[in-house]
Amino acid sequence: MSRSALTGSRIRERRNMLALRQADLARTVGISASYLNLIEHNRRRIAGKLLRDIAIALDVEPAALSEGAEAHMVARLREAAAEGGKRAELDRADEFAGRFPGWAELIVEKQRRVATLERTVEVLTDRLTHDPFLSAALHDMLTAVTAIRSTSTILVDTPGLEPEWRGRFHRNINEDSQRLTEASRALASYLDGVDDIDASVTSPQEEVEAFLTLNKYHFPELEDPEAEEDVIAEVLAGDTHLASASSKALAQAFLERYVEDVRALPMGRLKQALHDVGMQPSLLASRLGVDMARLFRRLAALPEEAGYGSIGFVSCDASGTLIQRKPLEGFPMPRFGAACPLWSLFRALSQPMMPLFEVVAQSGRGSGSFETYAIAQPTGALEFGKPMRFESAMLILPVDQEPADSSESVGVSCRICPKERCDARREPSILAEGF
Amino acid sequence: MGKRVLLIEDEPNIIEAISFILSRDGWDVDTHANGRDAVDRVKERNPDLVILDVMLPGRSGFDILGDLRNQPETIDLPVLMLTARGQTKDREMAKRLGASCFMTKPFSNAEVLDIVRSLVEGQKAAS
Repeated sequence: MSRSALTGSRIRERRNMLALRQADLARTVGISASYLNLIEHNRRRIAGKLLRDIAIALDVEPAALSEGAEAHMVARLREAAAEGGKRAELDRADEFAGRFPGWAELIVEKQRRVATLERTVEVLTDRLTHDPFLSAALHDMLTAVTAIRSTSTILVDTPGLEPEWRGRFHRNINEDSQRLTEASRALASYLDGVDDIDASVTSPQEEVEAFLTLNKYHFPELEDPEAEEDVIAEVLAGDTHLASASSKALAQAFLERYVEDVRALPMGRLKQALHDVGMQPSLLASRLGVDMARLFRRLAALPEEAGYGSIGFVSCDASGTLIQRKPLEGFPMPRFGAACPLWSLFRALSQPMMPLFEVVAQSGRGSGSFETYAIAQPTGALEFGKPMRFESAMLILPVDQEPADSSESVGVSCRICPKERCDARREPSILAEGF
Repeated sequence: MGKRVLLIEDEPNIIEAISFILSRDGWDVDTHANGRDAVDRVKERNPDLVILDVMLPGRSGFDILGDLRNQPETIDLPVLMLTARGQTKDREMAKRLGASCFMTKPFSNAEVLDIVRSLVEGQKAAS
């Protein structure tokens, strides 16, 4: 059944909602009740003046009857079916949304809630497993508790303890209790931020990420190839997210590279080349005479208003540690710990200077597919007698269509990946096992 | 002269408390707070037992244990590992590397004493 055919169902639903009899509505718009009955049962198409008259009689916009919010809802229902992985009658999603809008809305809302909760679980699990702050805070607390317990037991169990020892142990307990207080306060403050996961910034890397996200990975002040060196200092001075010295140093390094990239490939040249050849990384690199990794970084720095949509980027060093992340919707990246080993980002490290292209879909996310372009290149100055250092970079472009069967299924990281039977799996998934 | 214990731990107040209870129990306690040269210290002091923290400045307790088990003179030396992380994987790692025993912080003084005594007595019985 086509979407337009469902206009009848929507008319009937709206009429019933207004407690209007079929015959009364038919009379108002000048048609017979039997003809309206055929329309309401989607056996006659309706458009034009009659649709407008019925809409006026039902006190709604004609579009609400012919399309309404259901086009969006049908799309969300299809996503829910894809993410649920169950057999659903996809070809009847239109009919379902038209006949049972309340149920359809409930399913869409539940799916949205599930997605939000999954994201929360992912972030918290990522933190609990790998977060260096949490690990250090718990270690501090347990160490202080151990010292207090051991020392207080000595004080209680040792009759006739010499005053010198007694004084020393009292002092130690005092020190450790202060340390415990500070560690617990820091932990409580940290966990208080769990409700607002995205705003709860702790590590230097997270501070830098918040800084980059706020600026949408684009810095207009630095886009002038003739910009003076102190512009970086001005950008950093105007930010409030970079609290620690470490995060400022990381951000400084990021912006210095950004400026180098701008000088090698000004935004105007990039946009012109994009206009001429489109979003084709190989052609662009060749035409612009820049290396792939630099091109990827410049594409990731395109402002939103450039009209090329969301562009993801990730890079890693030779240990596989992610050093720059620009996630995009449907393609999240772990904040801590290792990412999915199936990403071509990592495969590129074993094939330096070899451009790798792959179409992938994120396992269990049903959020479309992505083109990935990866390459590992030497970094730093080349010197005789010194090992060459490599960095790998991967550009991620959303593909505006459902994942094809040939798409490689990848994940975010093993711990939160639902993919079954994966040869590359390092550790069991909590999503598969549950808590 | 009592049996000699080398305590490799970097938290001063834990060092003081463990040293106190072991000394009062008749042990000759030596301490060391750095992971980097801990293996050298073990060879130099030749203790009857080592109490070894996992998280040390300079070098992990697991690395130190691995080195001790790879050298003939310390291959059978009783080693009690201490850690603030009681995760299964840490226990398994300690076991795989050849720790004689593994204790999770916070522990009681009585537990430490019992285990130290049993490890050294077990060693004596085995030799």
